[in-house]
Amino acid sequence: MSDPIIRTHGLTRDFRVRDGLRRRTVRAVDDLSVEVAAGEAVGYIGANGAGKSTTIKMLTGILVPTSGSVLTCGLRPVADRRRLAREVGVVFGQRSQLWWDLPVRESFRILAAIHDLSTEAERRRTDELVDRLEMAEFLGTPVRQLSLGQRMRAEVAAALLHSPRLIILDEPTIGLDVLSKQRLREFLVAERASHGTTLLLTTHDMGDVERLCGRVLVVDRGRLAYDGDLRGLSRTVGAERVLVVDLAASTGDLTGIPGTRHLASEANGLRQRLAFDAEATTAARVLAAVSERAEVLDLTVEEPDIEDVVRRIYASRR
Amino acid sequence: MLVGVVELAEVWVLFHNVVELGGLEFTQILLVFGLADLCFSLADLSFGHCDRLPTYLRNGALDVFYLRPQPLLLQLITSDVSLRRLARAAVGATALVAALVLNDIDWSAAHVLLLVLALVSGYATFAGMFVWAGGAQFFLIEGAETTNAFVYGGRYAASQPASVWNRPLWAVFGFFFPMAFTGFLPALTLLGLDGPGWLPGWLGWCAPLAAAWTWLLALLSWRFGVRHYQGGGG
Repeated sequence: MSDPIIRTHGLTRDFRVRDGLRRRTVRAVDDLSVEVAAGEAVGYIGANGAGKSTTIKMLTGILVPTSGSVLTCGLRPVADRRRLAREVGVVFGQRSQLWWDLPVRESFRILAAIHDLSTEAERRRTDELVDRLEMAEFLGTPVRQLSLGQRMRAEVAAALLHSPRLIILDEPTIGLDVLSKQRLREFLVAERASHGTTLLLTTHDMGDVERLCGRVLVVDRGRLAYDGDLRGLSRTVGAERVLVVDLAASTGDLTGIPGTRHLASEANGLRQRLAFDAEATTAARVLAAVSERAEVLDLTVEEPDIEDVVRRIYASRR
Repeated sequence: MLVGVVELAEVWVLFHNVVELGGLEFTQILLVFGLADLCFSLADLSFGHCDRLPTYLRNGALDVFYLRPQPLLLQLITSDVSLRRLARAAVGATALVAALVLNDIDWSAAHVLLLVLALVSGYATFAGMFVWAGGAQFFLIEGAETTNAFVYGGRYAASQPASVWNRPLWAVFGFFFPMAFTGFLPALTLLGLDGPGWLPGWLGWCAPLAAAWTWLLALLSWRFGVRHYQGGGG
């Protein structure tokens, strides 16, 4: 398959908004020309209101472009919406496609019917997803009673039930705790490895981009501001993450852990901050090294602020 | 259900004071009411969910419908089926059966066919009204009140003898939204009556045309609406 899975040319979308009594036009997406090859994993990042969701809605046939052209999976999204829906799986982090009052299992069965899956395909795919996303314990629980982490896993499974060629995730990790994020990312990596699925991901979380995406698109005020690999992005803005650990007892400064830089200690060394380069080591390895020296009570990982990344990239291109 | 009973009682009270209205007696108007009300209730049962569209538009649930390989309208009307609306249909059905028994109808195969045609067409006409209103919601912010005036106003007009309507009402609910074809005109034809003045008695046979016209309006409205969609924010 040499045809790109996403191809936009001069894609533009205006919204007419009421501004007091007058109406004015806001350009949400401005002359976007992008190609994504099958099998790529692309992070699509930008500040709030930069046009990410609008782009996704045009890619999936929800919104009609004001001008320009778009082909997704070789189909015209608006005209071929129903055919396209069989090729694409979409998760909107803040919208649910599950049935609030039904058990997760029932939601999957309805979606399988909506997508005309055969009984055999439905069973095989559901089993695979339940296993990989560790959903067995809450399959019988009504969706409204799920924790956010559980619901997100169920949402992702729901979007992937029909084995789409392209997955589009809009803020999939928003509000999730470290562990839930980690699980979801691991699942996505495994899913892509076994099915060769193309991934387009919008996020405010640099961690998502680093773990999942080989290529990054940065959009600012509707315009493409950066298109390249993560290394280039890192070079531009620096991609250091910060591990903050709360320790059981006062401990000396945790210096000398490979790949990290000790930033600060607070409260007599009860809380320490370690910066680490995500390309040189992992949070897990750093944590293991810290655990050898002191008992860890709690931890957070601070990601580089995506607004900051966008701002710097935008500045660097002027 | 209560609403249906109250509306039926309204017809009753009216006839407590007058012997006939618009050239029809109570049992004859019962036939008009029964036909229109039953058709409306059944349309409400299946298509009434179009009323929920503004909510779906605002909370973005419609985006999810776009992402599934099924027609949007089908997803909308099947997103909820309120079986309690069946009780509402029972009122119309009772009125219709009573009217069919009480009236002196000269039954023939043609009359049975007409009754079936009238019910099917009336159902389709009201269903079309719901779809038309749904399509219009895409354009009208807080537009439900405007379209309700036609959908529910039309239902109310349909359950009255159209002979008491004035000219503007005829223009709107006689022809543009052909409400007269859901109750009044088929009832006239069933009863073998001539309409008031310029309306021939056979007009009741045209109910299917009225239904087709409503659906033309409905599908145009729906299609424009879907293309006009601005997304649910996000």
